Amino acid sequence: MELLKRQEDWKITYTHALGEVASWFFVQIRDNAKIFGRRCGDTGRVLVPPRAFSDQTLEPTTEWVEVGPGGKIETFTIVYEPFNNLPEPPYAFGYVLLDGADTALGGYFRGVDLADPAAAAEKLKIGTRVVTKFADKDKRKGDMLDFWFELA
Amino acid sequence: MSAPRVGIIGIGQSEFRSRRDDSSYPDLVREAVAKAMTEAQLDFDDIEAIVYSLSPDAMVGIGNAERLGVDAVGGRGKRFLRINTGGATGISSVAAAYYHVAAGACDVVMTAGADKVGECGDSQTVLNKIWDPQYERPLPLGTITMLAMSGIRYAEKYGMTQEDMAQVVVKNRKHASLNPHAHLRKEVTVDEVMASRMISWPIKLMDCCPQSSGGGAMILASERYIKENRLDAVWITGVGHCSETYYIGDRMGNGYMADHADAFALKRSFERAYKMAGITDPRKQVDVAELYAPFSNTEYHAIEAAGLAGLGEAVAQVNEGRFSIGGEIPVNPSGGVLCTNAIAVTAMIRVAEVALQVSGRAGGHQVKGAKLGIASGNGGDHQFFGTMVVEA
Repeated sequence: MELLKRQEDWKITYTHALGEVASWFFVQIRDNAKIFGRRCGDTGRVLVPPRAFSDQTLEPTTEWVEVGPGGKIETFTIVYEPFNNLPEPPYAFGYVLLDGADTALGGYFRGVDLADPAAAAEKLKIGTRVVTKFADKDKRKGDMLDFWFELA
Repeated sequence: MSAPRVGIIGIGQSEFRSRRDDSSYPDLVREAVAKAMTEAQLDFDDIEAIVYSLSPDAMVGIGNAERLGVDAVGGRGKRFLRINTGGATGISSVAAAYYHVAAGACDVVMTAGADKVGECGDSQTVLNKIWDPQYERPLPLGTITMLAMSGIRYAEKYGMTQEDMAQVVVKNRKHASLNPHAHLRKEVTVDEVMASRMISWPIKLMDCCPQSSGGGAMILASERYIKENRLDAVWITGVGHCSETYYIGDRMGNGYMADHADAFALKRSFERAYKMAGITDPRKQVDVAELYAPFSNTEYHAIEAAGLAGLGEAVAQVNEGRFSIGGEIPVNPSGGVLCTNAIAVTAMIRVAEVALQVSGRAGGHQVKGAKLGIASGNGGDHQFFGTMVVEA
């Protein structure tokens, strides 16, 4: 028998509040091209991205600590497949332990030729030193996409 | 603590395919429920409570689809709740059904659900939305990239190659070829897996689970009810669950408590289930395992978290055939998540398959003489881990 289908699209708009901690973090990125973490008063660990409380001790974090701009790659992937509503491939992203931080921050890796997957993966292997780069001041919006990582 | 025994008395699995254009969403739930009810030989009036297994709404494209599904499970006039722990939803639902019985609140409980992932053209868009809108959503995170990054760390730590990942696919596809319920049933070779297109380094197309549509249902009952009605049953003797914190970047760097390479909370979850079941040496006591692993690389850390191999030892043992049907402890004899993934019920099917194995009713993919099996489910951003021990 003939089986029918119906196409539906969900387009839902949200305006998310970022809260005090993330707002301060993104203002520093936008205005000063600096990345900060929050120190856990209990353990001294510097959490990046910054959080109002430590998910290990559940205590409020106590101070802002500038981290980076240098760091090392903790993990990565390189995407070659297009997905709807995600960027055009190829692109590389992953997590970087910035100098002075204890947890890793997500971001794109730019400036690496991704044409050959194996060769690109070798360049991005765990432990590789990178440096944080920022978009020009007039382009920065206070967002995760204001910065990215390049090989040091 | 000695928990009262809870038995599995009915199992229903629909056919799993990319699309089920012959069935609406409730029809698909109903297909699995009808099979489980037939097997248990019960009337709907005998079922006292429903645990509805349903992961993110956007995957099936119906907001709070348990509202629609309530009719398909015969929920009118009964206790009813919906469970969602992402990919772990199905095993969390079985656990919730178990607790209804173990607590003495009910004698007979059904858990059921379905998914139509193949109808969602944008599953990685849906899954990108599981990340927070502050810090991580702007990145192109999805479940594939999240677990590709686990694979990168696992490979660095223990020396897994992409050919090793392919061996898991070869094993599970061979198993699935024996299982009429499985979605991907075509056998593949290491060369074919290696030649499939790169999706998210190091994960290639054939290292990925399919997007499946299908349903599952299970009926659980108290030991008293099973004995009084002289029913056949297998027994859930261990139930575990363990959660991990949210940030992937906290599972690396300095002083982390769990490495994103591994599945630390899954290990804790198994330890809890084993303790409850009195399992002290899983390598000797477990006959069969259905471990949640939607990408080939993740089966390695799942095997290790289940204590079936030491950390970093699973790769060599998969290559030696220890976890194949005919080997010492077959892992994913159904073909596993790698061959069938209807997300809302995937982790339920892990428990159902182990129950079929220990009752000797698994058919073509039966593990000979299996009496004790284990099952697991993983959900969230590698965060929520459910485990079970099922015995004949």
